[in-house]
Amino acid sequence: MSAAAPVTAAASDLLLVEGVSVALDGRPILTDVSFRVAAGEFTGLIGSNGVGKTTLLRVILGLLTPSSGHVLVAGAPRSRRNPLIGYVPQQATLDPDMPVRARDLVGLGIDGHRAGLPLPSAKRRGQIDEMLAAVGATHIGDARVGNLSGGEQQRILIAHALISRPRLLLLDEPLANLDISSEQEIIELLSRIAREQRIAVLISTHDMNPLLPVMDRIVYVARGKVASGPTSEVVTTEALSRLYGHHVDVINVHDRVLVVAGRDDATVRHAGRDRIVELV
Amino acid sequence: MGFLGPLVAPGFFANQAVLFALFAGAVVAVVSGVVGTVTVMRGQSFAGHSLADIGSAGGSAAFLVGVSPLYGFIALNLAAAGVMDLLGIRRPRGRDVATGIVLGAALGLAALFLYLDTTTSSTTGVAMSVLFGSIFTVSPSLTPVILVCGVLAAGLLLLLYRPLILSSINADLAAARGIRVRAVGVCFLLALAIAVSLSALTIGAILSTALLIGPAAIALRVTKQTGLAMVIAACVGVVATWLGVVLAYDSYSWPPAHAGWPVSFFVVTLIFVVFAAAQLLPLPGRPRPKH
Repeated sequence: MSAAAPVTAAASDLLLVEGVSVALDGRPILTDVSFRVAAGEFTGLIGSNGVGKTTLLRVILGLLTPSSGHVLVAGAPRSRRNPLIGYVPQQATLDPDMPVRARDLVGLGIDGHRAGLPLPSAKRRGQIDEMLAAVGATHIGDARVGNLSGGEQQRILIAHALISRPRLLLLDEPLANLDISSEQEIIELLSRIAREQRIAVLISTHDMNPLLPVMDRIVYVARGKVASGPTSEVVTTEALSRLYGHHVDVINVHDRVLVVAGRDDATVRHAGRDRIVELV
Repeated sequence: MGFLGPLVAPGFFANQAVLFALFAGAVVAVVSGVVGTVTVMRGQSFAGHSLADIGSAGGSAAFLVGVSPLYGFIALNLAAAGVMDLLGIRRPRGRDVATGIVLGAALGLAALFLYLDTTTSSTTGVAMSVLFGSIFTVSPSLTPVILVCGVLAAGLLLLLYRPLILSSINADLAAARGIRVRAVGVCFLLALAIAVSLSALTIGAILSTALLIGPAAIALRVTKQTGLAMVIAACVGVVATWLGVVLAYDSYSWPPAHAGWPVSFFVVTLIFVVFAAAQLLPLPGRPRPKH
């Protein structure tokens, strides 16, 4: 599917983004962005830092109103508090002094928006235990969230997002600052959640390589536009050159993909973890 | 109370001013503990301290017009909380600058009012009383006001407990759950303004943050549960206040002047000593090793 192809609604679409444009402080960030995500699909939102991935997620969440276009979640217009969406924010580094246990944070996923103190009940406790087990975090349930490692915090944040039983899970750069083994564990967890619970997972990252084995679909962001579709159709020299507006090479090196700018622009737009600075 | 025998000077429990000080001090300490816990969690200790200092302008102005300084503290603190929000309290840098600017202006006013207080009337103790508190001179007629303010501040905080905690952990996380993070933040500032006003009444505008932040910081050292931290902070505050009152009463027989040392000195010192001792404890809630 090319960047300009029209996106039409289908019954299986859980998320439909249609013609969305966003300008912040008069500066256009996204222009006419359209794509869709089906139930149970694992989708990567790929693009370099500052390209507008977080902005796009905020539009889907209903925290930011686009200047044009619309977003449908399960066929309904987006609203401010949409129980169908679970969200894991970017860089949610938690303060070690914060007196909040992991299980408290997961519990706030059930009723954090309500007034008053959370009343302890067997049902609430059971729900939290079940969710901690589902993300493999039973052993850290009673620890302070701020004392956990990056990977453990991501698990707790994922449990917090999933406990309200959303159908769409948005994660903003959840792999940033993780070591390679934690990164693999989180990707496996998310991929299992998508498959087993039929939850659509949309995950933003600047490095697509760790996601290549599990991604059903890719939404590649560059120059305020997106190219979306199956990975094999989007991550090609032809499709990405059209998105970038100039020639880029998509190179496979030992099962890793590098997107390298052409001779007219020697900067690398998107590299793997190794961050090749220049390639002529 | 038998164990207090050697500590409590004769006549302590027969003295009306002392009994009222114990009552008012306890109410204030409980409110401070509850509000202070969230203040520390939100990283707004500086805002709390600034509100307290700003309140000194209100307290000294209240003396000029002849009403209790409590009304001055409350009026100015609520106004300052509003101004601080309008000036951009949500951005960390904007927040510090806005707080600092409002603080400077208010302390300038306090300097003027305290000067006018001491020159136009004979109330020479005003500066001491506004800045460092005078729990023994609080009028029992203020009981309803103290209770209403205490219930208002603590009630507001408990009502907003979950949205507050969630937005303190991460603002985006809260916003995605439909929580109006800014509105919640403003409500918290209002609760903070009231709590600070109350503690300014008992231990003074300058020292009121010690009662707000100290017990909360101690509680957060010993527990990993927010609700329990509030209870511990409230208890630590009450004990420190009561011990402070007892020691101040005892100190009437101490040198140099045989006039009684300030209660606020004892309260703040007790809190400081306990806080320092609590630093020796390991932080609770370290994750256990896997299996």
